[in-house]
Amino acid sequence: MPIAVYVIIGVVVVLAIVFWVLYNGLVRLRNQVKNAWAQIDVQLKRRHDLIPNLVETVKGYMKFERETLEAVTKARNIALQASSAGAGERAKVEGELSSALARLLAVVERYPDLKANQNFLALQEELTSTENKISFSRQFYNDSVLRYNNQTQMVPSNIVASMTGFKPGEFFEVTVAAEREPVKVSFTQ
Amino acid sequence: MWEQIRSNQIRSVVLTIGMGVLLILIGYFLGLAFDSVVAGLVIAILVWAILSLIGYFQGDSILLSMHGAKKIGPDDHPRLYNVVEEMKIASGLEKMPDIYIIDDPALNAFATGRDPNRASVAITSGLLQKLNRDELQGVIAHEISHIKNRDVLLMAMCSVLLGTIVILAYYGSRFLFFSGAGSRRSSSRGGGGGNIIILVVALVFMILAPIFAQLIYFAISRRREYLADASGALYTRYPEGLASALEKIGLSTGQLKAANKATAPMYIVNPFRGKSLQASDLTSTHPPLSERIRILRAMAGASFNEYDQAYRQVHGGGQGVIPAASLTAETVPVRTLRLEGETGELNEIQRARETSDVMWRLSNYKTIACNCGARLRVPPQFKQPQIKCPHCGRTHQV
Repeated sequence: MPIAVYVIIGVVVVLAIVFWVLYNGLVRLRNQVKNAWAQIDVQLKRRHDLIPNLVETVKGYMKFERETLEAVTKARNIALQASSAGAGERAKVEGELSSALARLLAVVERYPDLKANQNFLALQEELTSTENKISFSRQFYNDSVLRYNNQTQMVPSNIVASMTGFKPGEFFEVTVAAEREPVKVSFTQ
Repeated sequence: MWEQIRSNQIRSVVLTIGMGVLLILIGYFLGLAFDSVVAGLVIAILVWAILSLIGYFQGDSILLSMHGAKKIGPDDHPRLYNVVEEMKIASGLEKMPDIYIIDDPALNAFATGRDPNRASVAITSGLLQKLNRDELQGVIAHEISHIKNRDVLLMAMCSVLLGTIVILAYYGSRFLFFSGAGSRRSSSRGGGGGNIIILVVALVFMILAPIFAQLIYFAISRRREYLADASGALYTRYPEGLASALEKIGLSTGQLKAANKATAPMYIVNPFRGKSLQASDLTSTHPPLSERIRILRAMAGASFNEYDQAYRQVHGGGQGVIPAASLTAETVPVRTLRLEGETGELNEIQRARETSDVMWRLSNYKTIACNCGARLRVPPQFKQPQIKCPHCGRTHQV
């Protein structure tokens, strides 16, 4: 009977190795998702920090845009409060902040003095870049989540995932219609 | 899809091994001249090993200092720094690469560094002032893809291998030629005629080996360029940015100083374009610019899949360029258009001024703005505490 024993031991060893490889792969993907989420978080915080600065710089020049400015400040405060919420909830409030900011930057066109201000130009570069970084980190995060979710649902790694409790990740989707559509600017004062 | 592109790596490894075999054969034939095959092999391997070590540890700093590249921080050129950081995030690179500016009006850029954690990107000041934000993003995405796909080290090591083969073949063929002439005299005394045939074969091989090595090298490099274009389009979700940058580069004819044949594949476009406009497909390190632009513009979306389709469309069917392993059925939508001149975008004159300001500052010049509108550039050697404006005569503190 020693041959049967060897076969059983062999099968067990092979299964253990397969389990080990699949488990490690899942952990790696999950860590990448976490990492990507941290990247988004850094950029969102950076945007929250930039806004008071922006409002302060712009205020002196913009006399007729009180509502636009207030909308930005309000959206920022809401976003700040939601900063420990899940991906879905955060995506919603941050999307609103994005569209409020886009409206503000669109009306800047009406203030040539402001557009010549060095301080404002530097701020605008920072803000544009932060917006880009947010969307690029979101892009990378969603791709990571997709890959991780695929791994947790596909055979054979789904068996390992359900045995060891890997939960699918949540996408960071922009759900606000306003960010998808081009910003409408009305030139009535 | 974001993973290392495995089957392409295997292909590169096979080609690199091909170059390695060439090196060993050179060593073997060199050994015949010494009447000791082992000695020849040892010399070949030793030269290669020494050059490789130098290339591995010092390659990036040699390349950068050869061009007089200057490292910049986030405050020196915020736009460039931000664009690199954006692409670092989009590609999922872990560490921010170092950024260098080369003071050269030619339009070019390259990436270097031995691994993704010790990488640098360099761009000429000419290119920096020529490109708008989207185009700059496209170029940087292409360079970051080279880092992410680990092309940089592979190409550096291949160019070392090529260099070794060229050097050994150059000296070896001369050595063989003269020692061959000498051994004919000695063979008339006792040896056979087979010796001469071997020497002739060795000589022919020495002449052909560098050519073969170069062809292999070019084959590796061209494929990597297509892949970097595809990843660049995927990272930016905007193929038009890179396409329009390549178009601008294609319109200029300036050659990069300090570029040489061995380092040519490291740049975004072939630095010797001006000289060999009709260089055939086989002997070129880069695919033709017009073809790269056509492929990028034919893309329906921004995924690898769509790049592959566009490649086949431009080539009229046939094989694609992206390895099947990384092709997925999905499509990735292209980002919506942003136009130059929209909020915050500098025009070309402003960009030129911005870039020249950075270059002066990096050379330790002080800039003083006078009230009359003139701007004084004070060189670092200037030791006086005050300076007079040559335009209006006001005095300024240095």
